[in-house]
Amino acid sequence: MKILVCIKQVPGTSNVGVDPITGVLIRDGIESKLNPYDLYGLETAFRLKEELGGSVTTLSMGSLQSKEVLLESFYMGADAACLLSDRKFGGADVVATSYTLAQGAKKLGDFDLIICGKQTTDGDTAQVGPEMAEFLGIPHVTNVSKILIADERGLTLQMNMEESLEIQRVPYPCLITVDKDIYTPRLPSYKRKLAVSENPEITVLTLNDMYDTNEKNYGLNGSPTQVERIFPPESNVEKTSFEGNGKTLATALYGILSEQKFF
Amino acid sequence: MAGIKIIKEKVDQETYEALAAICPFDAFSYENNRLDVTAACKMCRMCLKKGPEGVLVFEEDEKVAIDKNLYQGITVYVDHIDGKIHPVTMELIGKAKELAAVINHPVYALFMGDKISEQAEELLYYGVDKVFVYDHPALKHFVIEPYSNVFEDFIEKIKPSSILVGATNVGRSLAPRVAARYRTGLTADCTILEMKDNTDLVQIRPAFGGNIMAQIVTQNSRPQFCTVRYKVFSAPELLERPAGKVEKMDIEIDRLASAIEVLEVIKKEKGIDLSEAETIVAVGRGVKSEKDLDMIHQFAEKIGATVACTRPGIEAGWFDAKLQIGLSGRTVKPKLLIALGISGAVQFAAGMQNSEYIIAVNNDPKAPIFNIAHCGMVGDLYEVIPELLNMIEENEMQNDTETQERMVI
Repeated sequence: MKILVCIKQVPGTSNVGVDPITGVLIRDGIESKLNPYDLYGLETAFRLKEELGGSVTTLSMGSLQSKEVLLESFYMGADAACLLSDRKFGGADVVATSYTLAQGAKKLGDFDLIICGKQTTDGDTAQVGPEMAEFLGIPHVTNVSKILIADERGLTLQMNMEESLEIQRVPYPCLITVDKDIYTPRLPSYKRKLAVSENPEITVLTLNDMYDTNEKNYGLNGSPTQVERIFPPESNVEKTSFEGNGKTLATALYGILSEQKFF
Repeated sequence: MAGIKIIKEKVDQETYEALAAICPFDAFSYENNRLDVTAACKMCRMCLKKGPEGVLVFEEDEKVAIDKNLYQGITVYVDHIDGKIHPVTMELIGKAKELAAVINHPVYALFMGDKISEQAEELLYYGVDKVFVYDHPALKHFVIEPYSNVFEDFIEKIKPSSILVGATNVGRSLAPRVAARYRTGLTADCTILEMKDNTDLVQIRPAFGGNIMAQIVTQNSRPQFCTVRYKVFSAPELLERPAGKVEKMDIEIDRLASAIEVLEVIKKEKGIDLSEAETIVAVGRGVKSEKDLDMIHQFAEKIGATVACTRPGIEAGWFDAKLQIGLSGRTVKPKLLIALGISGAVQFAAGMQNSEYIIAVNNDPKAPIFNIAHCGMVGDLYEVIPELLNMIEENEMQNDTETQERMVI
């Protein structure tokens, strides 16, 4: 059983703003972390490996700094890791990102199962998994909230559809995106950290390593969407405000609620 | 190729520092007098707009422009489970009508499922010009391959310009699959949609957890896709005499085959659906202990509100996870939301800022919740709520006495 898990390094905080006068992005510190939703993808992979044997490889795309999250995946139990990093991958939207990841997965070999987290905390689109599956030509299931049966040929799993649950039998190769709470993720283990050599090997692949080396398909050039502008969100125009002790405020609140016919 | 080009002659330590200070993604490196843009670049182009002049230029590619006139119509994907149409569909039809009016395009609905012809007729009352129906037993349950093949068949035959999809779990699985097939743009969770005269769909969505709005367009691909969450737009009024038509579509049977087999569909037990609530009282960190929730529940009961919370309420185990508002919880759009002791972090705000009227009580006048609240009250909820409960009770008693008096008379 060969499992690939896609992970991403995201900003440690989403505490960014736009300077209303200059329009410049203001970011509060630049620490980064592993996308928390990916922890559930990793945990699912480790459990399946424990049950069925095989290997877990982690894959990420980004600057060389993204090696940090791949290293973290080693401490949790990954067997191999790969970073797709090239200046020409920069400025990628969902299509270009998914295409690059799919190319990376092809290069790394035939996987039985690819697992993605539900979404990232920075992009927040939840679209990369399905687009990647399309580029690889394999079926996918999103919002997997439970794996009921895992065997040599495929998975029987539960897709969360808001008001109902769909139980699907999916043969390998396939891609799944897992909901948070599918399993409780493990922490990086100190024992494993000691067991993993000082610098475990992280394969870095660039554009020239891909089967498709046409740079028009990657990064900004391979992105059908363009960001025209960014701006601070509007706050509401009509506003009232009150200050004072409990009695004053309660009276004001009572007035508003009466006006809206709550009493 | 398109990208940021560096004019080497203009680079020195000073220009590097100026650029590094502007770049929000830390994407400049400067080694051995050589300036580089690293893979961290997100192409926000801030450096081009605000950086030192003449150091960077943006080189555009000459692209073969597509003929946008070949693509006609704004299509809404009809989201449903077993024929039960999700209300986000009607909201999208309402928006599609507005967008289509700008460019004089028709409004289409794409409906795939099993035994759905009757429901298709109903959609006409919302003002859809044409409902394209793929009615087949193989489409009874949502399975990604046949559903995306039907979508592809529709796009090939009808060539719509824009496609709006509800951001339900089905929509979020289906839309990206089809968008990738056409290598076209898909913007998730749009909160504002506008139409340009050249049929480019202007898609505005919150980015970075809602701190920034990004305006996104798909300039040279069609169809252009977007997803929109439930309760962002409003459903149109029903027509008395619909003029639209239902059109039956056929697809080769082998395109409906799938490697995936649906074994069972289980209805979830219906709990409280926060996204349906019309009045919500939401509590945050300002509520200090679980027993203090008593007065909150009492107050909520008086105004018929559902009590919800921010993340700490879930972490403390005071609330069921279904009652969390925010990016990692539910998106709500009630008529009235009263936020008590909530600072208004972006993760929370993103899940409730479309509420029709927001009242916030918080003792920190600088709390960001006051930026989005329609009515801000700077004060202590521990003083306000008990006082308010007293007032409500006094009023009720007075009403009771009045009624009694009347009865005596």
